[in-house]
Amino acid sequence: MSDSLAVIWSIGRKDLLLELRNKDVVVAVAGFALLVMVIFTFSLNLTQDNARLIGPGVLWAAVAFAGVTGLNRAFSLEVEGNTLEALMLAPISRDLIFLGKALGNFLFITVALAVVLPVFAVLFNLIIFRWEMLAISLLTTIGFSAVGTLFAAMSVRVRAREVMLPLLFLPVVTPLIMAAVESTSHMVNGRSWSDMSQWLQLAAAFDVIFIVVSAFVFQHILED
Amino acid sequence: MVSTDIQPAVEARAVVKNYGETAVLRGLELSLPPGEVTVLLGPNGAGKSTLLRILAMLTQADSGSVSIHGVDLAAEGPRARGLTGSVLHSPMLYADMTARENLIFFAGLYRLKDIDELIASNAARVGIEANLDDRVRTLSHGFQKRVALARALMHEPRLLLLDEPESGLDSQSVSRLDNVIDEYRRAGRTVVMTTHIVEHGLEIADRAVVLSGGVVGLESSSPAGDRASILAAYTLPYEQYSTQGPAR
Repeated sequence: MSDSLAVIWSIGRKDLLLELRNKDVVVAVAGFALLVMVIFTFSLNLTQDNARLIGPGVLWAAVAFAGVTGLNRAFSLEVEGNTLEALMLAPISRDLIFLGKALGNFLFITVALAVVLPVFAVLFNLIIFRWEMLAISLLTTIGFSAVGTLFAAMSVRVRAREVMLPLLFLPVVTPLIMAAVESTSHMVNGRSWSDMSQWLQLAAAFDVIFIVVSAFVFQHILED
Repeated sequence: MVSTDIQPAVEARAVVKNYGETAVLRGLELSLPPGEVTVLLGPNGAGKSTLLRILAMLTQADSGSVSIHGVDLAAEGPRARGLTGSVLHSPMLYADMTARENLIFFAGLYRLKDIDELIASNAARVGIEANLDDRVRTLSHGFQKRVALARALMHEPRLLLLDEPESGLDSQSVSRLDNVIDEYRRAGRTVVMTTHIVEHGLEIADRAVVLSGGVVGLESSSPAGDRASILAAYTLPYEQYSTQGPAR
């Protein structure tokens, strides 16, 4: 068990090291999400009331669309250098490769969210730095990473991968985006944990199901 | 040192591999004893690289069975991968990491201990001591191949797979590679390599296997002596071995 965790961490840490050097993914995700939010801020006549109403939707739609950009890049780097094959040569089960890559994507989206959330709070004038937001962000990012890693692996060898990934990813993560939007909406409207618990449970169930299913399916995707 | 292993190092039974409508391997049968250097020869499209990719478990046979030292690839993939080290066409390295960082990363995946010592000894073996802290992107193709060879050797695999290892290497690097191959032979380990430099392959190999049309066209355990027939088999037209369509 500790050996498996060490392998997963090793792959995730390697992705983080490469990202620190290139800054391809975090800049793309954070930059895209910030642009979307700024455009919405100027195109809507924001008041305190409608900011609470539409802010959560804008936030998570921006993060989902931006996430696609980053997820695509994270996997294409492995294919361009044929390093995915080097991972496949190692005496580890393929699901550990999936979990390591998903961990890397989780770290990228988390860093991007750390940039995006404060800007969102300022633009929409909402208080979001609460424990509830941490739980929502964590559950949503885990789900995005699991599904995104799987579909990035599926679409990376396809010529039109930039088109293919959003077409696969966005419909599948729709329940997760709904859960994130609804629970964030409850939070900014001052409701309690119990009000948002059903949405958090939905997000948690989504995460568990898609981590297990994606890890299983990923093994078959790697074989050509 | 003579190997006392009774299991074949490589055993392939009725291996079929198609890419779409194109048949690459058509019921290939092969058994290679341990402790030998085998060179796979054949014209382009004969199935050499595909066979190596199956042995490295980068792709699966459509049918048939393959085992390495008695370990079935389909049933025990991770265990079988631990027995092999591979250097294929591409160096398969992270260009924005240094050679040392690449080796540390892969040593972690192979769960190796005493990594610093392993890297130092294998870097010396392939002649990259002075380049360990250079980013791979800045290394020439030849040096990148040496780093890939160091990675393949770090876990002391029982079976070393080399796909045209001399391509892109200068004569000094080829000589180092020959030394590594010879060292492996003397340690009773097995090397399976492909090459298009037939003369060089026959010079260093204990066994030559000529693939043609996706089957073994000729196998010789004294490649130097059978040089003429090997060269003739190498150049035989594809149709002479098989007139079948895509394998089923």
